[in-house]
Amino acid sequence: MNALIPVLVAAPLAGAALLLLGGRRLDRLGHWLGLLASTASFAAGAALFAHMLAQPADQRPVHQHLYSWVPVGGFQADVGFQLDQLSMTFVLLITGVGSLIHLYSVGYMAHDERRRRFFGYLNLFLAAMLLLVLADNYLLLYVGWEGVGLASYLLIGFWQHKPSAATAAKKAFIVNRVGDVGLSIAIMLMFAQFGSFAFGPVFATAGDAGEGKLTAIGLMLLLAACGKSAQVPLQSWLGDAMEGPTPVSALIHAATMVTAGVYLITRSAAIFNLAPDAQLVVVCVGAVTLLFGAVVGCAKDDIKKALAGSTMSQIGYMVLAAGLGPVGYAFAIMHLVTHGFFKAGLFLGAGSVMHGMDDEVDMRHYGGLRKYMPVTFVTFGLGYLAIIGFPGLSGFWSKDRIIEAAFAKGGTEGWILGAVTLVGAAVTAFYMTRVMLMTFFGEKRWRTDAEGREPHPHESPAVMTVPMVVLAVGSVLAGGLFALNNAFLHWLEPITGHAEGDSPLSPVAVSGLTLACVAAGVAWAWAVYGRQPVPVTPPVGSALTRAARRDLLQDDINHAVLVRPGEYLTRGLVYADSKGLDGFVNGLAAAVGGLSGRMRRLQNGFVRSYALSMFGGAAVLVATTLLMRSV
Amino acid sequence: MTAPATAAAVHTLWTAAGDNPAIPAPHIEYGQLSPMLVVLGAAVAGILAEAFLPRRARYTGQVAIALLGLAGAFAAVVALAASGHATTRAGLAAMGAVAVDGPALFLQGVILLVAVVAVLSFAERRLEPRGADGAPVDAFAPQGSAVPGSDQEKAAARAGFATTEVFPLTLFAVAGMLLFPAASDLLTMFVALEVFSLPLYLLCALARRRRLLSQEAAVKYFLLGAFASAFFLFGTALLYGYAGTVSLGGIADVVSGKAPVTPALSGTTGNDALLLIGLAMLAVGLLFKVGAVPFHAWTPDVYQGAPTPVTGFMAAATKVAAFGALLRLLYVALPGMRWDWRPVMWGVAILTMVAGAVLAVTQTDVKRLLAYSSIAHAGFILTGVIATDRAGVSSVLFYLAAYSFVTLGAFAVVTLVRDAGGEATHLSRWAGLGRRSPLVAAVFALFLLAFAGIPLTSGFTGKFAVFQAAASGGAVPLVVVGVLSSAVAAFFYIRVIVLMFFSDPKADGPSVAVPSPLTATAIGLGVLVTVVLGLLPQYFLDLADKASVFVR
Repeated sequence: MNALIPVLVAAPLAGAALLLLGGRRLDRLGHWLGLLASTASFAAGAALFAHMLAQPADQRPVHQHLYSWVPVGGFQADVGFQLDQLSMTFVLLITGVGSLIHLYSVGYMAHDERRRRFFGYLNLFLAAMLLLVLADNYLLLYVGWEGVGLASYLLIGFWQHKPSAATAAKKAFIVNRVGDVGLSIAIMLMFAQFGSFAFGPVFATAGDAGEGKLTAIGLMLLLAACGKSAQVPLQSWLGDAMEGPTPVSALIHAATMVTAGVYLITRSAAIFNLAPDAQLVVVCVGAVTLLFGAVVGCAKDDIKKALAGSTMSQIGYMVLAAGLGPVGYAFAIMHLVTHGFFKAGLFLGAGSVMHGMDDEVDMRHYGGLRKYMPVTFVTFGLGYLAIIGFPGLSGFWSKDRIIEAAFAKGGTEGWILGAVTLVGAAVTAFYMTRVMLMTFFGEKRWRTDAEGREPHPHESPAVMTVPMVVLAVGSVLAGGLFALNNAFLHWLEPITGHAEGDSPLSPVAVSGLTLACVAAGVAWAWAVYGRQPVPVTPPVGSALTRAARRDLLQDDINHAVLVRPGEYLTRGLVYADSKGLDGFVNGLAAAVGGLSGRMRRLQNGFVRSYALSMFGGAAVLVATTLLMRSV
Repeated sequence: MTAPATAAAVHTLWTAAGDNPAIPAPHIEYGQLSPMLVVLGAAVAGILAEAFLPRRARYTGQVAIALLGLAGAFAAVVALAASGHATTRAGLAAMGAVAVDGPALFLQGVILLVAVVAVLSFAERRLEPRGADGAPVDAFAPQGSAVPGSDQEKAAARAGFATTEVFPLTLFAVAGMLLFPAASDLLTMFVALEVFSLPLYLLCALARRRRLLSQEAAVKYFLLGAFASAFFLFGTALLYGYAGTVSLGGIADVVSGKAPVTPALSGTTGNDALLLIGLAMLAVGLLFKVGAVPFHAWTPDVYQGAPTPVTGFMAAATKVAAFGALLRLLYVALPGMRWDWRPVMWGVAILTMVAGAVLAVTQTDVKRLLAYSSIAHAGFILTGVIATDRAGVSSVLFYLAAYSFVTLGAFAVVTLVRDAGGEATHLSRWAGLGRRSPLVAAVFALFLLAFAGIPLTSGFTGKFAVFQAAASGGAVPLVVVGVLSSAVAAFFYIRVIVLMFFSDPKADGPSVAVPSPLTATAIGLGVLVTVVLGLLPQYFLDLADKASVFVR
């Protein structure tokens, strides 16, 4: 059975190689090949899952050592896979949602002449992401980490003819580099401390290292997570990444890749559990991002950017939960999975709307679409109910447990975190209701022919709606299934451990509070966007709204704090280089040239002067030899 | 005394040598000397062929004789090395005059391979436009004795004469070069020096084009070469005065105080002034041959004037032979004197590296550029010589092998770039060559990169080996100077590459002639050796290391 583990990675990798190297002759069926590769990977994952379920809990994790990659003395880099309950969860999420989105893309990208390449990149992403979650050591994880970064770069900039897409791809890549440096430093620290970067030895001996070192490693891992998962302060790339095709936003920038940071923190539980300071920073990052993303999501009129803000915010929940330690790990992952369902569904719905509206993304030009796109409306609506935490739907179960865990942190911290998560829930309800109302309800505010072509919205084809329906079903049911008898908790517990928190509020009270917050958010949104018509031109708005429209000034801050000084620094360096170093080098070159010009005059072509120079040389040689002796 | 008795006494004077001490016949190990004997035999056969073969058959016959002779000699070298003469059975032959040991056999092998490649490019007859009678002609003057520009020369050209003597001359030179690094006493060394120098002087004078320049080069080379030989000979005399022997091993014994002093020579034996002056003068003779500063002045003029195939041969093979002799002299005869000769060699090496690199910067002629580059390389090799240990020897051996093929290949490429006046050697004419003849330009670029010592070429491996040996031998400042001069040298090598690939071609620029398979093979071998020694040098490094022990 374990022989199937490499297939998980190999199938999409082979698909990517075939599609990217195969050339034009694969244009006609390339997308089906891509789908086949991802489905094969999913089938292998499902078979492994069935096998794993049949085992008792302590025998579920399996290791598979493939080969020694770089064996140099004490430096042993191996290629090996570790399939346990945690990675199994990710495998199913990645391949399952991935396959659905492949299917959706068949329809969404039907008219793109570079569709084969698109599927090649998607397969490459799957392979890298699976490598990331299956690796049994940090170095191999790093390979996957960089691989998903590459795939993300390629897919954000897929429509590279648009300067905005090319810029967004570059921005994502560069911001992610900052995080990647963190991961590489963490790996180096581990090697220096433990002499290994394989999960087994590192986690087993983590206790021997001092807390300071563990905190350093933890903070570096957090930096990596911030980059990949778009957490403050490395969040700025995610909004721009929406320049990529919508299936990409759904798969990479909502359901899977951006959650890699949460995986990293959860996987490194053994380190974080022993470094409470690092954990505290993790919690703070999660809490800040949770509010940051939610506020940004409220102000955006671009449907994808509103959803991107929401993604950021929801991952903030997960990071916060992961930072809480064993109290929260399982719920972080649980929310990650349910979020994977409903956020992917929401993005696919947004893509479907754009598909029907001639690629219009401005919600102020939507309105009243529920009649024209019923399937999209229903599936998007179910995703909406799931994300705001409507009782019984997926988001309710997972988010509720995170809020409980936040309160359970105890003391002032617990109250603060609990309040933050509650406010976040309310704001989530507000902005998601806003999206829902602006898109599917109210008056038609479509562009007229005078402003461009008038759209003729229509329901998307079945290849697109079927994945949306499947994801909607997941959004409705997954949370309940997971919460039933705490099934998900028991599934993950052997890997992440679990501790019951000591909450100052009873679970029922927490649920009640949450529902009250959600209801308030929905009501407020209805008061603003449902009861009165939505203006086509955005109102000026408060200072906060204006700031939120500009992503809370993230780019201005980055520009002022990093880009501007960086430019000055490089300009200074260029100046120093061209005036100082180049001056020195050029001067040296000129000196050599001048010396050469002078010396070549000795080469005058007269054999007599050559003979004289030889004679002089011989005399000097003899004299020196004699002199050396007498010295 | 009766008449018959007298007659009998007279008779016995010439018949019965019994009473007189016999002159012992020298014992010659013909088998161990076979590489040289085969080449000399082939040279003599070439002379006979020149005399007896009809003119039309001479070219083919001479090329065949030369190649067969060289191949036979190479086979002999390989056989000797395979039977352990390079290592366990190394020893002196011909009454102690010739050493048959690792360095000798290694260098002889290199010289023979270089000679094969050189003969291939000597034999090239497709580059020059055909003669008046429609017969193909080579790079050599139709008749060496004809005054340049005279009616006689024109008549010789019309008659389709060719100087096929170049092949036996080359073989004689090769025989001398084989003997030079193997010579185990100073007189043999001197004879070898002359045997390979005299044919080279002649070969230099035989260019088909620009004959005056060629003859001037030959005369300069000859005059200065004679001058240097005089130094060498004088040094030999002084060392004989010091040690009472010309054998390298014997001199070493006297230096170390192990040898008994011959009473008749006790007045001079052990006189250090003789030793030191003699050592310096021998060094002058050898440094002239390797082209070290300040004895380098002939190099650019001769390299430029000589027919380009000869320049390639000379630049490669002479350097191999001369460095072999220098190594043997310093390592066998004078190891006990290294505290005296090392500082001097330091100075010479630094001067050579710096002057070679700096002077090359302003050169405008590709042959002169390569000449100065060869001077700089002589300096790099000297740093390995100075290491005075086994690593030094093996690194020098490897460097010589690597360098000689790069040099041969580079000069062979120079023969291809031509315009109406023959080879277009002015650098400005090479502008944009990469656009019109990408393959030739790329090959030349490879050789230049190898000269510059860029990794993945043989030049890098060689330079790394000598610098490593020098550094571990304690000559770190020398290595620093070497690296700095390499940087200067990289400038002018890369400048040619830039010129070839990044300048616009000239409208009336030179064309690249399509050579016969002979030159193509020569260049191909150069490329092959350059790449193989750059990518997979280990086998050859090991070979050089195994061959790095001198016999005494």
